[in-house]
Amino acid sequence: MDIITTIDLTKKFNDFTAVDHISFSIKKGEIFGFLGPNGAGKTTTIKMLTTLLYPTEGSATLSDFDIIKERDDVRQKIGVVFQEPALDTELTGKENLDFHARMYGLSKDKRKNRINDVLQLVDLVEKKDVLVKNYSGGMKRRLEIARGLMHYPTVLFLDEPTLGLDSQTRRAIWEYIKKMNKEEDTTIFLTTHYMDEADYLCDRVGIIDKGKILVIDTIQNLKNSVGNDVITLSCSELDKFTKRLEKEDWIKNIKRHDLHLTLGVEKGEEKIPAIFEIAHKLKIKIKSISVRKPTLDDVFLHFTGRTMRDFEPESPMKEMAKFYNRRR
Amino acid sequence: MMGREFQAIYVMWLRQMKRFVRAKSRIVASIVQPLFFLFILGSGFRVATFEGVSGDYLHFLAPGIITMAIMFSSMFTGVSVLWDKQFGFLQEVLVAPIKRTSIILGRTLGGATTALLQGFIILIISIALGVRIPDIFGFILMLIMMVLISFTAVGFGLIIATKMNDFQGFQIIMNLIIMPLFFLSSAFFPISESLPAWLKAISFANPLFYMVDGMRGSLTGANNVFPPLVDFLVVFFVCIVMMSLGSYFFSKSEA
Ligand SMILES: Nc1ncnc2c1ncn2[C@@H]1O[C@H](COP(=O)(O)OP(=O)(O)OP(=O)(O)O)[C@@H](O)[C@H]1O
Ligand SMILES: [Mg+2]
Repeated sequence: MDIITTIDLTKKFNDFTAVDHISFSIKKGEIFGFLGPNGAGKTTTIKMLTTLLYPTEGSATLSDFDIIKERDDVRQKIGVVFQEPALDTELTGKENLDFHARMYGLSKDKRKNRINDVLQLVDLVEKKDVLVKNYSGGMKRRLEIARGLMHYPTVLFLDEPTLGLDSQTRRAIWEYIKKMNKEEDTTIFLTTHYMDEADYLCDRVGIIDKGKILVIDTIQNLKNSVGNDVITLSCSELDKFTKRLEKEDWIKNIKRHDLHLTLGVEKGEEKIPAIFEIAHKLKIKIKSISVRKPTLDDVFLHFTGRTMRDFEPESPMKEMAKFYNRRR
Repeated sequence: MMGREFQAIYVMWLRQMKRFVRAKSRIVASIVQPLFFLFILGSGFRVATFEGVSGDYLHFLAPGIITMAIMFSSMFTGVSVLWDKQFGFLQEVLVAPIKRTSIILGRTLGGATTALLQGFIILIISIALGVRIPDIFGFILMLIMMVLISFTAVGFGLIIATKMNDFQGFQIIMNLIIMPLFFLSSAFFPISESLPAWLKAISFANPLFYMVDGMRGSLTGANNVFPPLVDFLVVFFVCIVMMSLGSYFFSKSEA
């Protein structure tokens, strides 16, 4: 059964199309992930599905309620953890949770239990009476997630849930999300930049870029579409080599990226000698080569022509590396 | 289901009380400012004689200052939705399974509580300064007027908050619309025959005039232009319009 269905869902901000006629559906009880670079339209999609933004065009239903005409009904069914902070910083952590619990109609006993539970989960018990404005960034994030997990919605939206958290907390939250999904049959719609997160949590993922969904499938199927194995190599005369390799029909696909070639093949280990042979004939020197199982990164590269890392501007070291590579 | 809506209204109200109590500087400022007006204008104009003011000028001024305190405090509550928007907290409120009307009601009641608190402090000080309450029915009518003024201002604040995306817009509206309307509300000086006709026309089309006049009529029973009940009906009507518009825009707004 489908719990969310969208038809040509579109959002324009003035002339700019942030979400461009996307149609997809999500099954009840699954963990679905949206994977995409900055500005792909993930948050905008979530905001439309959670009734915070009006679609410019198209429509969607959630639990059979129309997101435009039956907004109050839709809101009965959902929980959201926003990407951007949505806490009242003038209240304490506990007061924020209490506010949420009351807004969602939890009874007195339940309120107390749930608040304690989730505070424990995110390890904020000691800080519960501190004003949120005195929390660190990570603590705020943890509180926010705790709040989102407090009531049991039919569909839980998590917009980049673990962004900026340490790995231990991430793990704990992943486990909790899985548990919630299993025990409460909560459908989970998450967005993420982290391939490992999507890999670990999601039953199916959709890759979204520039407001369009490029592909939706189970992670296994997506990986299979790249090839059983992935060979990555770097060499001299990359263009020439690429042209030559394109003639080989045992290579399922070739992607060039920066100074690397990525080949999707079957039985990768057995193909390495063949590659060397071809290189040798062309007098091309292979500098490095590796074989591995495909990851979501490869899937992403395959469908968008870029890797997820290309979009991350954060690391100055990477900028330097690029500069250095270019000069060589 | 109804229980949940009440619970939500209550917790929206509670949140505002907590924030209000914690914002010490705001409390002080919001009480001290009207008191300055009361003392400075009160002593400054005491010796002046205005056409249309009989008796002590302070008695004329006090209802206007109370109105002003309630108005500004309530308007601030409405406009502070902008803060919530900027801090992202509005999203948390807007995705909750709560009717928009309950959200607005909670916020309005919270705003009204703090505004009336401030209004009462000024009222008590005015009484200490010699303002007398001639009859109990007038006093009750004044209480109702206070609530209506507060609701109206919250509604107006909501309209601003949903139509503007920053505080500059609010500043401009404050300085270019609200302040002039206040000067033409008879809060500080009466709308007398000596004013140019067009200014008089604006005054009588100014909802703030009926608020101040109504407060004056019901509280002191002197110096008012219209019978307090007439003022009351006008203010009541304005209140319904502002609250409806505010609720409508708020429920249509995106976060
Ligand atoms: N309120 C708005 N007004 C104008 N443009 C907007 C608005 N909100 C989003 N956009 C634009 O829409 C596009 C999609 O934004 P969105 O927040 O959905 O991206 P995202 O996929 O969530 O990205 P990220 O990974 O950075 O969170 C961006 O180009 C953004 O600039
Ligand atoms: Mg986003």
